[in-house]
Parts: sequence; C-alpha cells; structure tokens
Amino acid sequence: MKKYFREISVAVALGLLLLVLAIFAPDFFKPTQLLTILTAAAPVLLAACGVALVIMCRQIDISIGSQFALCSIFAGMAAGHGLPMPLVMLLAIFSGALFGAINGAFVAGLGLPSIVVTLATMVTWREALRWWREGEFVRDLPGSFQWFGFSQSTGQIVLLAVAGVVFLILVFALKHVSGGRFVYAVGSDAEAARLAGINPRLVTFCVFVLMGALTGLAALLNAIRFPDVDPKTGTGLELQAIAAAVVGGVAISGGRGKLWGVLAGVLLLACIAPALVFLRAEPQWERAIQGSIILLAVAADGWRSRKGKI
Amino acid sequence: MPPLLQLSGVTKSFGAVRALKGVSFSLAAGEVHALLGENGAGKSTLIKVITGAHQPDSGTIAVDGETTGKLTPSTARTRGIAAIYQQPALFPDLTVAENIGLGLEKPSPFRPVRWAERRAHARELLQRVGANIDPETEVRNLSMPEQQLVEIARSLGAGARILIMDEPTASLTQKEVQLLLKLVRDLREQGVGIIYISHRLEEIFEVADRVTVLRDGESVGTKSAKEIDEPGLIRMMVGREVSSIYPPSESQPGKPVLRLENVGCSSSGVRGVSFEVRAGEVFGLSGLVGAGRTELARILFGITPADSGKILLKGDSIEIHSPRQAVESGIAYVPEDRRRHGVVLEMPIASNITMAIHPSFFPGSWLRFGKERELAEKYISDLQIKTPSSEAPGGSLSGGNQQKVALSRWLATHPKVLILDEPTQGVDVGAKSEIHKIIRKLAAEGLAVIMISSDLPEVLGMSDRIGVMRGGTLTRILDGPTADAHSVMSAALGQDEAGGIAA
Repeated sequence: MKKYFREISVAVALGLLLLVLAIFAPDFFKPTQLLTILTAAAPVLLAACGVALVIMCRQIDISIGSQFALCSIFAGMAAGHGLPMPLVMLLAIFSGALFGAINGAFVAGLGLPSIVVTLATMVTWREALRWWREGEFVRDLPGSFQWFGFSQSTGQIVLLAVAGVVFLILVFALKHVSGGRFVYAVGSDAEAARLAGINPRLVTFCVFVLMGALTGLAALLNAIRFPDVDPKTGTGLELQAIAAAVVGGVAISGGRGKLWGVLAGVLLLACIAPALVFLRAEPQWERAIQGSIILLAVAADGWRSRKGKI
Repeated sequence: MPPLLQLSGVTKSFGAVRALKGVSFSLAAGEVHALLGENGAGKSTLIKVITGAHQPDSGTIAVDGETTGKLTPSTARTRGIAAIYQQPALFPDLTVAENIGLGLEKPSPFRPVRWAERRAHARELLQRVGANIDPETEVRNLSMPEQQLVEIARSLGAGARILIMDEPTASLTQKEVQLLLKLVRDLREQGVGIIYISHRLEEIFEVADRVTVLRDGESVGTKSAKEIDEPGLIRMMVGREVSSIYPPSESQPGKPVLRLENVGCSSSGVRGVSFEVRAGEVFGLSGLVGAGRTELARILFGITPADSGKILLKGDSIEIHSPRQAVESGIAYVPEDRRRHGVVLEMPIASNITMAIHPSFFPGSWLRFGKERELAEKYISDLQIKTPSSEAPGGSLSGGNQQKVALSRWLATHPKVLILDEPTQGVDVGAKSEIHKIIRKLAAEGLAVIMISSDLPEVLGMSDRIGVMRGGTLTRILDGPTADAHSVMSAALGQDEAGGIAA
C-alpha cells in the first residue's frame, strides 16, 4: 500500500471530485458531456505518458507543444493532399519520432542537458512554424479527416479506443519488457546501469524518440476533433503533460512512477475546468486550482522523501 | 577538573526504533577516544546528538562540566564542537582560503572581504595542521587527504576543542593514514579532545587512549586501549567469539583463466601490466590510492578499453570494448562505490540482481517475475542477505547486505573472473567476515577472483597471491601466505621509500 501511496492518493482525489459532482451536479455524467471531456483529455494522456517516461529517465522535454503543432499541421496538409487516413496517422507519428530523435541526439549523443536542448527546439519549431504558416489555418480538409470520417459519437469512441490501446501497451511494456526496466534503472542510477551492461545513452535516445512518436499520435488524435488545424495548437501542452505526470506520482528526480498514476493525474486535471462550470463556480479559477494541485503533489513528494531520510 | 565532554544517559528514538539507549560517554582534553561498533550500533546517532543535529529524548550533555541546554548545530559550534566526515564537505570551486574564511568569518552579505587577512589566517591554520597547501589553490585540485586537512584547519580556526573524526581514513592510502594519525597525535598534544571513529582496528590501537564500544544503541564498555587487544574488541563489538578473522584458503588453484600481457591504457595511465589469475584463486591487488588498481579493473571490464597489450581468457585473445562485452566474456566487476555504481537504491532487490543478465535470463526481453523471484531468493539464502523480501528496495538494506546484492548481480552472470573493488569498504565487522567467507567459497567453486583492497590485513588474510601496483603498473607479485605487511608496503612504495614507513 505504502509503495503506491502517491498513485492511490491521486485516484482518491479524483474519486472525491467525481463524488462531489455526482451529488451536486449529476448532469456532469451525461454521456455526451463525459465523451467530450475524455476525448479532449486523450491526446494529453499520450503526451503525458511520453513525458512521464522521459522524466523517469531523469530528463525533461519541454518542446512537446511545438512538436505537437508541427505534427498537427503536417497531418492536416497530408490529409488535404488526399493521403488516406492511415498514412496520415503514420506520417504524424513518424514526424514526431523524428523531432524526438533530434532532441535525443543532442541529449543522449552529445550529453547536453535536456532542459536546454528542448527549450531550444521548443522555440525553434514554434518560430519556424510561425514563419512558414504566418498563422494560417489548414482548411478545406477532406471529409475523412474530422472524426476519421465517422459521426461525432462514433469518432469519439474510436479516438478513445486508439488512445486506450496505446496506453495499455505502454503500461504493459513498462512492466513486462526489459526496456521498461532499463528506463527505471537509467533514471535511478545511470552509472550503475552502464556497469550492468545497459547502454544509458541508447535508452535515453529511445525514450525521446518514443516521446516524439506519442506526441505525433496525440497531435493527430487532437486534430481530428476539429474541422481545420490551428497552427497555434499545442501551446502550453508541455506544461499540462508534465503537470499530469508529476501529479500522478512520477518523481521529477527520475526512476519512479507508474503510468496508472499519470492517467489519474490527467483525468483529475482535465475534470477541473468542467467541474467548475457545473458547480457554478468562476471558471477562471481553473489554472489556480491546477497549480495548487501540482504544488500539493510536489510538496507530498518532498515531505515523503524528507521523512524517508531520517 | 571536569571532563571536556560528558554525556550521561543519552536516549534517542526514531519512531519505534531506539537508536540510543542511555549512553554515557566522556572525553578529556588531550585525549583520543575511539568509538567503535558495527554499522547501525548507534555511532552516527551519537555523533549527531553531540553536534546538535539531533536532540536527545533524555539525558544530558555537559561541556567543561557545564550542562548545555538544547544543542543546535550552531550552538554546538560555538561550544567548540566540530566534526570531520569521510567525505570532506568543502566548496570545490572556491579556493582553500575562501573555504576556510567562509567557515570562520561572520556571515554577512555586505561586509567587505579582507583578502590579505583571510589568506594569512588560512596559511597560519594550515601550518598548524602541518599541511603544505597554497591557500590560493582551488579545492577541486586537492587530493582527498588534503581536503581533510583543510577541514581540520577550518575547525581549529573556529576554536574547536572537541573534534569528531568519522572514518577519516576510509579513502586514504597507508602513507596518508600515517600522516593523519600523526596530526591526530599533534592535536592531542595541543589539548584537543578527539572522538575517533574507524573500522580499522590497527589504527585505533595506534592512536587511541580509550575505546568505547557501542552495540545496538548501548555502550558495551569503555576500556583503556592498553588493556584490550584486537580479538577482545571484536568480541565486544559483535557480542560473540570470532575465532579467526579470515577464513582459511581451501582451494587448490587450477588452470589459468585470465592472462594479461603488457596491458595498458594511455587515457587512464595504466601501462605494461602482466599477470595471470587461475581458477580457484584469490588474487589480491594492493597499492596506494592512485596506483592504478581501479583503473586496471575498469580496463578489464571495458569501461576504459585497453589500447595496448593482450588480454587472454582461457587462452583465447579477447577484445573488451564495453561492459556488455565483458559480461558476455564472463568477466564481472563489483565496483568500489556500491551506493553510486552498484545497487540501484530505488529498485527492488530482485530487479537489482537480474539487472546485468536481461538478454540471457529473459529471452525475447519478456520479463518473467516468477523466475526472477526464484533467482533472487536463491541468492538471498545463499549469501544470507538480510531482507524481509526480494521485493524490498535496495536502499532499505544495510551496507553489508547491499554489497551482497551487488555481488549477487554479478554471480548471476555466471562469471569466470570476478573482480571485487574494495568489497568490504564501509561494511561492519560481522558482514565483513561473511563477505570474506563468500569470497572464499566462490574461489573454492573454481572462480578466479581479483580482489582490490586498501585494507592491508584483508589483502594479506584473503589472497593466495598479491599483486602490488605502483604508478600505473604491476611492480611485484607476492605469495599470499608468506607475504607480510612490510613486504607489501615496500613494494607499494618502491624500495627507496620503504625504509621510513612502518607498515
């Protein structure tokens, strides 16, 4: 029990919020309402899982939002040129992986600090996009783009299914495949991992590539919710993803975390804005409340590690 | 005259754990009082109580016969209590003078710094500890013993009359130890009271006036160093008779397993090393710190690959360019600093043990938890690792048990050659002799063991043959049973310097 304290406490917080809503605003649980919240949260979940892996590896990636925007534009333009949707999806994932590989090459290959590398790529990709698109939306997308060409409700379910399957694969792989164990090992103690014959640079590089691929997929799943693609999309996504990971119990010092906790973190943060609306509170409190939750989560970690030291 | 420091009935609990149970302890001015005990006996807690880092639950502390109120780190300092730890706590990017000055001058952000005064003061203090160090040197350029001297100088400058030295010699070479012990004697002459903590009994006999042994948070007794001998002290520490400190060699060395021919690596300063290790043999590797022993181990393990010479394993020439290749060839390396390079503290014991064998133990890289637990439990019972379960995190174990986990990880690779780097550093006496027995047993099973150790009695007690390194190369190979401390030290120092060193 004690081992999963953080994951459980986030789940309990989420449960309490849902309970309050069930009593005071049962309308919140209307299927259409829930589907809308979940489909908006699904792309964040994928990005948060990616960044959770990066953080477990004792790195950080703050270029997620910019990668996300570029991948969204690429996907929209590819669809506009008439590429079939499966290919569009592969293209989004592949371009994301390429951006991740660029970050990974600098971080793992040259040994540069990831905060600086991804700060640089964050600005570079964002500014390149602005210079290229001049703020112009990608419009006139084919009918097969929005909701994969399904009706809205079917499309929402397909979107959730795709995100859910990818999430479950990640959960499974992190626990049951050597590579997952290596992520924890490298994040806990890269030198010990190296001496045990693990290649920490390769692990770090792969994690960045995976982060990019997940961002690419997240970008596509987000883009299909709308009739056109906004080049400013994904602004601030890195903060949402990192916040969800931290709230979900991923230790910012690396080596510790569970993707189930990240899921709870994403859902908790995603429910706050609609909950405020349903509870008839002022919606501008959303950010402040999210911020407080993050502080609380980090403080809980700090308190626990202080207690553990004595 | 009241004693310099007097502790009476000091008790301290952490939750349900009673770390100190009514400990009394006294220290006179001009006395070296050694504090001994296995890890977890309560030494660190006692020191933390004296330095004000922990408040005792009950009991009193008196300095110069005057009972102190609540001690905090800063009031302890003003009463002249200072502690030197194994790892010096200095600012590496500042100069020696700045480090000393920061510890002594009243901290005030707006006070101008008087550089000349600061330097002169630092020079004077360094002279007092007999250190030939330029106050303008950056601390990062100093060796470990030099940094310790700077720390001692700083605490003397702060008016320390009670100096606590916690394992000050753990990372020093024999010669540096002698210099430090000389300084301890000098300080005693100057009337400083010294609490000296060390696992090395021979040092304690060399320098201490009295010895207090702690066991399970209680003081077992205080003896004059003259009226007790080494076996007697060990008996007091472990509470049982330890018949022989080192287990006898049982194995008959077999065929050569590893053979080095003129191996060198220019980047790590190792050159022209040749020797062979046979199956069933413990090959001790001795030498001063900086002689190239760890560097040689890192070459054999592919961390800094050799750039000259030949390495032969069972007669076949092999190339080792990475730890992975070394593992695959059958070479295992238990590194020196297990907290940093060995056991992953956050990970369960079972995961730690299988860490180096993923490709072979988990085919297709699918983890099999049942199989992993079985293996972990086998090693837990074979090496008698004290843990509630194989799922407990590595960081929850004591030093000796962590070392056994590190050892298990490498035994799981089924090595032909096992390289142990300081296998018992910082490990308590009981666990130390268990580790020695394990090493013997592994050798008896036909493993070729290379044991690097700075602990001279350990090298002499454990090795079938002893290789001595000096200046990056292997200078002598001695026969274990006939070698003595003097012959090893002479070889380690080179013939010319040997005369003046009492080993």
